[in-house]
Amino acid sequence: MSAAAVLPLGLRVTPQLDRWLSVSPEGHVTLSPGKVEIGQGILTALAQICADELDIAIERVRLRPADTAASPNEGVTSGSLSVSDCGLSVRLAAAQTRGLFLAEAARLLSVPQEALAVEDGAITGPGNLATSYWELADKVSLARPADPAMQPKAPGARTLAGRPVPRIDLAGKVFGTRPFIHDLDEPGMVHGRVLRPPRPGATLEGLDEASLAGLDGLIALVRDGGFLGLVCESEVQAAAGLVRLATAARWTGGFELPDQHDLSAWLQTEPTEASIVDLREDPEPAGTTRRLVRRYLKPYLAHASIGPSCAIATWAEDGLRVVTHSQGIFNLRADLALVFGLPEDDIVVGHAEGAGCYGHNGADDAALDAALLARAVPGRTVRLRWSRADELARSPFGAAMAIEIAAEIGDDGRIAAWSHEIWSNGYVARPGRAGSPALLASFDLEKPFPLYISQDPPLAGGGGAQRNAVPLYDFPAWRITKNRLLTMPLRTSSMRALGAFGNVFAIESMMDELAHEQGEDPLDFRLRHLGDEERARIVLERAAAMADWGGAVPEGRGRGLAFARYKNTGAYCAVVAEIDLAAEPRATQLWVAVDVGEAINPDGVANQIEGGAVQATSWTLKEEVAFSREAVTSTSWETYPILRFSEVPEVTVEILPRPDQPPLGAGECAQGPTAAALANAVHAALGVRVRQMPITRDRIIAAME
Amino acid sequence: MEAGTRLTVNGAGRTLAATPDTMLLDVLRGELGLKAARFGCGEGLCGSCRVLVDGHAVASCNTPLWSVAGREVTTPEGLGTAEAPHPVQAALIAEQAAQCGYCISGIVVSAAALLAHTPDPDDAAIRAALDPNLCRCGAHNRILRAVRRAAAAMRDRAA
Repeated sequence: MSAAAVLPLGLRVTPQLDRWLSVSPEGHVTLSPGKVEIGQGILTALAQICADELDIAIERVRLRPADTAASPNEGVTSGSLSVSDCGLSVRLAAAQTRGLFLAEAARLLSVPQEALAVEDGAITGPGNLATSYWELADKVSLARPADPAMQPKAPGARTLAGRPVPRIDLAGKVFGTRPFIHDLDEPGMVHGRVLRPPRPGATLEGLDEASLAGLDGLIALVRDGGFLGLVCESEVQAAAGLVRLATAARWTGGFELPDQHDLSAWLQTEPTEASIVDLREDPEPAGTTRRLVRRYLKPYLAHASIGPSCAIATWAEDGLRVVTHSQGIFNLRADLALVFGLPEDDIVVGHAEGAGCYGHNGADDAALDAALLARAVPGRTVRLRWSRADELARSPFGAAMAIEIAAEIGDDGRIAAWSHEIWSNGYVARPGRAGSPALLASFDLEKPFPLYISQDPPLAGGGGAQRNAVPLYDFPAWRITKNRLLTMPLRTSSMRALGAFGNVFAIESMMDELAHEQGEDPLDFRLRHLGDEERARIVLERAAAMADWGGAVPEGRGRGLAFARYKNTGAYCAVVAEIDLAAEPRATQLWVAVDVGEAINPDGVANQIEGGAVQATSWTLKEEVAFSREAVTSTSWETYPILRFSEVPEVTVEILPRPDQPPLGAGECAQGPTAAALANAVHAALGVRVRQMPITRDRIIAAME
Repeated sequence: MEAGTRLTVNGAGRTLAATPDTMLLDVLRGELGLKAARFGCGEGLCGSCRVLVDGHAVASCNTPLWSVAGREVTTPEGLGTAEAPHPVQAALIAEQAAQCGYCISGIVVSAAALLAHTPDPDDAAIRAALDPNLCRCGAHNRILRAVRRAAAAMRDRAA
């Protein structure tokens, strides 16, 4: 049976080869993926795969920015799925394209196809027979469906995939010549700003329009219900106008926010939808000797991208054109169509690169903001940019989670039963998923759409708050349950790793605690409970070996270990963390072992793992969205500090070589294990369990009492 | 009305029409079309807008134009190009030291300022020089390696 008998997801949705790539007589191949660059290096991985299968130099591959008018619809660039969905589609499409060109060359040269070879697009055969992709470009039609029986190259024959190829976009970024969406200029472009209510859910009571008379460069004041913005000739004028607008607007009402310092109680008293995530019953329950119950808390987290959200929109006679750094251009288009009551065909959404994206941030919301402003100035192109304060406080947050785990230890010292209960808002409020839009401004319009309450997809679709709530360990019985909040005073949606960050933090903290209760080494305790999960064992043992687990630890420091398989179907990741507790907790070193299946670009994978581990260190030790009962108060880098250079740990990454295994994705697997490894390191150093993030000096002191 | 604010940008004398209280970043990105310095926060707290003013790294987002009158401003474009890269830029590429790259041009500026004054910085000095620059993707360790590599390359060149 052929491994590729079922097409990868991208080709199942869009089987036509010419939607994926084209070959030009000028000597290049244009690749048109539906997945987008969000800082993760996907364009380079795709170019590697394409060049490898076609036997061309990677420099010949051009990447067409994704666009709803032409690109394959690949949904959302999320969930560490870009290589497995899009990459394998590109691999197959390129392999088939190579075959089509070779068949045509064989026909023209009257030789068997097997007698031909390809080197950087030049096709040669016996004697002096020669042609090339470029010569044949006009003769070979790619307007045909992908062939599921197509066999790509054997792993050993790849020359680019599997090697550390330099990122194709990186030099341009270092020199500042590769534009971000913020840098795109068009002749006649005008500039917009939007004023958000000071309190979530507030309504606009009045606007002193007279006070805005004579605003420099004002082209349009835009008001639609509680949506308030302006368009000016220059960006400086728009920014100055926004300050005046803020003093002219009067707001009333708004949601009451929870008590930031009692989140656990709040999460457990709000109305919820309860569900069972997974149940495993033990037909022959063993006698148990002890039961341990522990409660964990993860706060709201902000995406905190370095570049604020931005969008460009033009409201023209033939429809709406939007440029966005959204992760899902087709989904965004669906929501824009709902808001404006337009057919989707009248809207074109194109992608341009933004600053680092770690999930559903403000990009989509900014796109609607820009479109609403553009509607007021038909025919003109408007660029809209959020402020730092809005970027931090108005983008959706990663949801706060309370988690309670109960474990029963059997007579044999093994875990006999396990329960894991979650209280959380949903983790997915992405656009394009429902009959009602999920875009921020849509809730404030004169005819408002209902606030879209965040949902959780089923576990088979990756899950949301329940992602990684089911242990990978071989416990004989478990009960995993979830309570999804039906209120949402603070807007939540997908942020890197979703619920896996909180769930793995809780599970792996608990495993550490249980090991110590048993007087057993946490590594041995884990290995003993891993059943036949061979790849899991290998990464755990590897990380332990890298860190010389059990060896001497410098004075004043502690080391902790944690492990997870992301989504229980993705990459395996084990982390040993070392922490210094002389002052504020400071991570000094992380050792990370991963098994991501086939690594298309090992250096890209390492970069993602290092980055994920550093970001998770920041989340774990420093981050927490702050708010009063009225408003989010984390509105600047002073009120939402993130890890700085002087606080960043050394990170050592080892990627286990698995060229013959399907790629599993790398972007999110380090988040949860890093958090728990740090918490366990605090315990190793001080004997104190901190079960609430962020793990600060104050929290450690509180946990001692 | 005066003729404008005179200063040097990337080695060329300029007279700028913007009002003197306009922020330098807005002038660079707007009137001068130099886009490598980026807006991040507008409060001088993230470093993505950093430029050199008389050789010192400063945040251009909250530096008014009047305060740099008569001074020498160098943007990331002025430090190096693909054809003639600054050693820091070459080292960042060699170490593949970025993910999204939004912060990286500001980091080039901070590192270039450090190495101009301190040819052989220790690890703590490099980290301190880069502390005003935030990176959210977690490329810090690669960036630190790149700055060490650039320092070595500059010392070799000077030797």
